[in-house]
Amino acid sequence: MEQVLQQLINGISLGSIYALIALGYTMVYGIINLINFAHGDIYMIGAYVGYAVTRFLGLGFVPALLISMATCSILGILIEKVAYKPLRNASRISALITAIAVSLFLQYTMMYFVKPDTRTFPDVLSSNKISILGGKALLDTKNIYIILITIVLMLLLQYVVLKTKIGKAMRAVALDKDVAQLMGVDINRIISFTFAIGSALAGAAGVLVGVYYNTINPLMGTVPGLKAFVAAVLGGIGLIPGAVFGGFFLGMVETLVSAYGGSIFKDAVAFGILIIVLLIKPSGLLGKTVKEKV
Amino acid sequence: MLELSNVNVYYGPIHAVKNISLKIEEGEIVTLIGANGAGKSTTLKSISGLEKCEAGEIKFRGENIHSLTPTNIVKLGISYVPEGRRIFSKMTVMENLEMGAYTRKDKKGVKEDFEKIFSLFPRLKERKEQIAGTLSGGEQQMLAIGRGLMSRPQLLLLDEPSMGLAPIIVKEIFSIIENINKEGISILLVEQNANMALKVSDRAYIIRNGEIELEGKSKEMLEDERVKKAYLEG
Repeated sequence: MEQVLQQLINGISLGSIYALIALGYTMVYGIINLINFAHGDIYMIGAYVGYAVTRFLGLGFVPALLISMATCSILGILIEKVAYKPLRNASRISALITAIAVSLFLQYTMMYFVKPDTRTFPDVLSSNKISILGGKALLDTKNIYIILITIVLMLLLQYVVLKTKIGKAMRAVALDKDVAQLMGVDINRIISFTFAIGSALAGAAGVLVGVYYNTINPLMGTVPGLKAFVAAVLGGIGLIPGAVFGGFFLGMVETLVSAYGGSIFKDAVAFGILIIVLLIKPSGLLGKTVKEKV
Repeated sequence: MLELSNVNVYYGPIHAVKNISLKIEEGEIVTLIGANGAGKSTTLKSISGLEKCEAGEIKFRGENIHSLTPTNIVKLGISYVPEGRRIFSKMTVMENLEMGAYTRKDKKGVKEDFEKIFSLFPRLKERKEQIAGTLSGGEQQMLAIGRGLMSRPQLLLLDEPSMGLAPIIVKEIFSIIENINKEGISILLVEQNANMALKVSDRAYIIRNGEIELEGKSKEMLEDERVKKAYLEG
């Protein structure tokens, strides 16, 4: 019982990271129907920005988080403008292939500049172990930070999407681009904004991972990027609550699988879930099955 | 107030609108009728900037608008209510109306206009917080028109507002269209229901295979044998 509890705490932390990345996948998909495979690499760059800010500028955790989010949102906007915008009316497969190219470009450009070695992330968050439930489980303060920051970011996102003018415009564009334009919405601005927000969340996830696991490297975005993609599909691609649900679900499953002796299978389990979801309910667990209009 | 001269629109290789010229004076209801695929909707889309007008001129109050973006055309005071209603189905009724006022900065005026819309369509007021996709077809059409009015247009382009609605609702919608016009908003109405459209409008254009076939006063068209035969009977 104690072990399950302990693992659940770890699972929620890992799930937070997946959920933050998955949100960017799902929002971009919702707006332009593109699986942005470079998204995991934006998360990697977020981790490196956080590393640079803490190591070389000597700033603390919060400034690192904010600077990384800002940098990543600018990067996200740039990537969209340079790589995806010219392909807006091209076939979806062209955009998808381009996304993979952007992903490789980011990975190996970073590798050129920062070297392929793993680096140790500075210890900017003090880590105290608190024993809870009468010593039955240990709660690392880092877990609490990760979970709290994720919740705050998600609430902020929820507020922006549901209550603000630009959030409403985003939803309108996701539902019907032509009509949104007729209302006077500048589609390009909304797409940029979506990339900015999604990338900022990935940047935050990058810093959180650096702080939590302490090591970063230029290829660190690949597997979590794919896992977050699984999470987004699992919850229902295009749905914000779906990404959050999928992220936490996958984080838990993975942690529990590793805890009970299956750690070499944990990736297989994650992708196995993807296959099962695609076979049984391709619209995702929270998605409604939509009939193609003829 | 609106004048199209020799407008041509292509859908890929298809020449959908051929040399169409038409005009709308201040305060008028003008209808554009014709069969499915005649080029009616395409004409409206070219006015609203959704389709590119390849050749010809579209002037609104003397200003050339055929190269403007949909956003700028809305800002000038032309609002297009698209065919098939196309409300934002997963957003609430209120949010749909807010989207209609997207380009406006005068918060007070927008608030007043919400009330105006609700007095025009009391049923929408009752369903303010409801998800728009759950409304009935007639209510969705009302919402689409209400949303179109929220930009405070001087010219309203209505694309098949009667499509798929029960006859009694169609009557209601058409009487609302007349009321909107009485408020001083000019209307260009595209319809397949030629009978109703000719009854509420001042002038009419009949479009066939992308070309204007006939134009004139709506009253006279209702009596015209050719029109009767092709569009009013059956």
